[in-house]
Amino acid sequence: MSENTAPVRLMRVVVEAEREKPAIAEEQLAYAGVLDLGMKLGLLLLVVTFALYVTGLVSPHIPVQELPRYWSLPVKQYLAATGIHAGWSWLGMLGKGDFLNFLGIAFLAAVAIVCYLAITPILFRKNDRIYGVLAVVEVLVLVLAASGVLKVGGH
Amino acid sequence: MGPRTPGGRGAAQALWRAGWVAFGVLVTAAVARASGHAAAVAAPASGSSLAWWIWPALLFVVTFAMGIVAVLGGVGGGVLFVPIIGGFFPFHLDFVRGAGLLVALAGALAAGPGLLKKGMADLRLAIPVALIASACAIVGAMIGLALPTRVVQIALGATILGIVAIMAVAKKSEYPEVRQADSLSTALRISGIYHEASTGQDVDWKIHRTPQGLLSFIVIGVMAGMFGLGAGWANVPVLNLLMGAPLKVSVGTSKFLLSITDTSAAWIYVNDGAVLPMLVAPSIIGIMLGSIVGVRILAFTKPAAIRYIVIGLLLFASTRALLKGLAIWN
Repeated sequence: MSENTAPVRLMRVVVEAEREKPAIAEEQLAYAGVLDLGMKLGLLLLVVTFALYVTGLVSPHIPVQELPRYWSLPVKQYLAATGIHAGWSWLGMLGKGDFLNFLGIAFLAAVAIVCYLAITPILFRKNDRIYGVLAVVEVLVLVLAASGVLKVGGH
Repeated sequence: MGPRTPGGRGAAQALWRAGWVAFGVLVTAAVARASGHAAAVAAPASGSSLAWWIWPALLFVVTFAMGIVAVLGGVGGGVLFVPIIGGFFPFHLDFVRGAGLLVALAGALAAGPGLLKKGMADLRLAIPVALIASACAIVGAMIGLALPTRVVQIALGATILGIVAIMAVAKKSEYPEVRQADSLSTALRISGIYHEASTGQDVDWKIHRTPQGLLSFIVIGVMAGMFGLGAGWANVPVLNLLMGAPLKVSVGTSKFLLSITDTSAAWIYVNDGAVLPMLVAPSIIGIMLGSIVGVRILAFTKPAAIRYIVIGLLLFASTRALLKGLAIWN
């Protein structure tokens, strides 16, 4: 193929355009990479654990046939009626099909924390102290929310 | 994207029809509930006259249709999920809000990597905004779980009516004019360049009114946490019209923001026990599959018409929430 045919010229334009695309910041790409992996793993975990639960391969704490008796209750009454403790108590009940699902749910809810932890060193290395501090504070806020320390009075 | 074949078009049209059939099921559910047949199912003491799997299966079908409509209507799934599922399904609003946050979170997590890699979401713009919104979403979630359900129902109905008004009247600006960046955004170096693929041009952008914008996210965060809604309906106007970010950057950054804002609120619901896997998993799977189909259908539909349908649905669902809260239509 000649070096000046239309397809070759078009390819040159495309390559040039790609080369000239605005650069994405290093921390943004790092965040995207961790988010991509975490999101895929989390969704896979959610689908697999739900399949184990709904097929009955792992027996649940609340039999699925009895769920309609509970799902219309306010959360406080639901917890009292089922003997479930709030907070991180689900970790001790992972042998039950319904609580096994919390692995995927918690994983998805923790992805943002990991993403922030991944970009914090990059921000400080680039001497971007304000954003480094903002990232650390965001991690603290999300960890506080995840910790279960913040209790709700409830209706 | 490859060339569209007649067969591919036929398959997509079949999917389109299937989506609307599924959405028809929602209307059937609403009618059934209104006529009292479904009330027995919701009664906790009396048990169910239907097989336990009917409601989760229906939830999957409806969220699948919702995923299609959300893409075509240009809204997030969360804003449709809470009023519609909360209004017409037997699940308590506490669990619906918990699931709504996780649905919005999953959608944002799925979209986030692509938006960040393409520069359509801007991390520098998102970080300070996300910090304020996520901290306030915790407060909102705690308020929402502490308030009586009737009060939350009424407030939810009023909020959705407000969202409908915003959707109906708010204008959008592709490239808002920002003559000079304000001092705060300059200090934080919030500006950027994104590549507009449709024109092949690089678009320089900067923002203004940053303090007012950041203050707005206090309210947005509280409302997102309180009602379990995604907050794209509020994020985009603030980022685009108030702060002056280009529309595509506003939409992309808004979607990405939900992955942080909804994370903090979702943890409050998880730790309070307001998350039922039987609601969460079918909803997330349904809405994500629906979104995939919706993106394919988008190529040969008229989104403007769908937007009116979304507005109509939200009007209906918000009226239902209001009347439920006021004990007029239980």
